[in-house]
Amino acid sequence: MSDPVTALAGREAAHRVTIRDAGPRGMVTLRGDLEDPRILRACKALTGCAMPDQTGAVLDGDTGLLWMSPDELLLLVPCSEAGAAVDHLSDALRGMPHLAVDVSDARQIIALDGAGLREVLARLTPADLHPDALAPGTVRRTRLSQAAAAFWLISEEKAEVMCFRSVAHYVFGLLDNAAQSPEAGLF
Amino acid sequence: MLTLHCPYCGVHCDETELAPGGEAHLTRHGPGSDDADFESYLFLRENPRGVHFERWRHAYGCGKWFHAARCTVTLEVFGTYPAQTTAPMQAILDIIDEKRPGWRWRDVT
Ligand SMILES: [Zn+2]
Repeated sequence: MSDPVTALAGREAAHRVTIRDAGPRGMVTLRGDLEDPRILRACKALTGCAMPDQTGAVLDGDTGLLWMSPDELLLLVPCSEAGAAVDHLSDALRGMPHLAVDVSDARQIIALDGAGLREVLARLTPADLHPDALAPGTVRRTRLSQAAAAFWLISEEKAEVMCFRSVAHYVFGLLDNAAQSPEAGLF
Repeated sequence: MLTLHCPYCGVHCDETELAPGGEAHLTRHGPGSDDADFESYLFLRENPRGVHFERWRHAYGCGKWFHAARCTVTLEVFGTYPAQTTAPMQAILDIIDEKRPGWRWRDVT
C-alpha cells in the first residue's frame, strides 16, 4: 500500500488563527435508519462514540461521529482503518437497507487553531457563528464562499473544516485570507 | 434575504444555502391525463402578491426537500414543514389566518 497523501500535502498558514492541513483521516459515510440498534452498535464499536443528536458531533480525538442528516452519519476513524470500518458496517448491517462508503480520499480536513476562529469562519459563511447558535459539539454543513463545506468546533480555540478534495486549495486560500483580516471583535 | 428553518436538521438556513424548487403542492398529471390537466401541471403557476407556498431544498446542508409558507411582499415566513404532505399543515394555516385574515392561495383559504 502506498501512503495516503492529502490534497493540501501539509500546507500551513500561521496567523492569529493558524490554518493547517489536518492530515489524512478515515471518513466513512453511512446512510440508513440511525435509530436502528444494529447501526448504534456498529458505530459504537467502530468509534467508541455515542450516537449524536440532530446536528451533533461526538468526538474522541481523531475518531468521532458527525450527524449529517436524519439518515446520514459521517464516521471519523484513523486513516488506515477506513476500509475495515466499511467491511464491519457491511457485515453488521447485512440485510438492512443502508449505504456505507469510504470517502476519505474524496475529502480534505483543515484544522483551525486560535481564539479568533469564529470570526474567520463568519467571514466566509452565512451560518450563524454566535456561541449560542454553534457550540462545540455541533456540526454545521454550509458553504464557505462558493464551496460546500462542514465545520465543527472542538473548543473555542480549535475547529475542523471539511470540504471536497477538489476544492481543498480554494477553501484553504479563503481561510488563509480571512485569517489575515483585522479583528472585528464580533464574538 | 430569506432565512428558512429546515424541518429536518433544525438549522436556520440562509437563502444561499438553499435551492428553490418552485411552487408547492402541485398534482402531477402524466401520461393518460387530459390536455388541460397536463398543461396546468406543467405550465400554470401562481404568482401571488402575498401568501405563497413553495418547495425548497437544503442543498448546502442535509439535502432534504421541505415546504415553506411565506409572504412574497414582506418576505415574512409563516413557517416551514416537511415534504411528506400534499397540502399545507393546519398549524401553518392557523398562523396565516392570524396574520393575513381573508387570505387565499389557489383553493386554500
Ligand atoms: Zn436541513
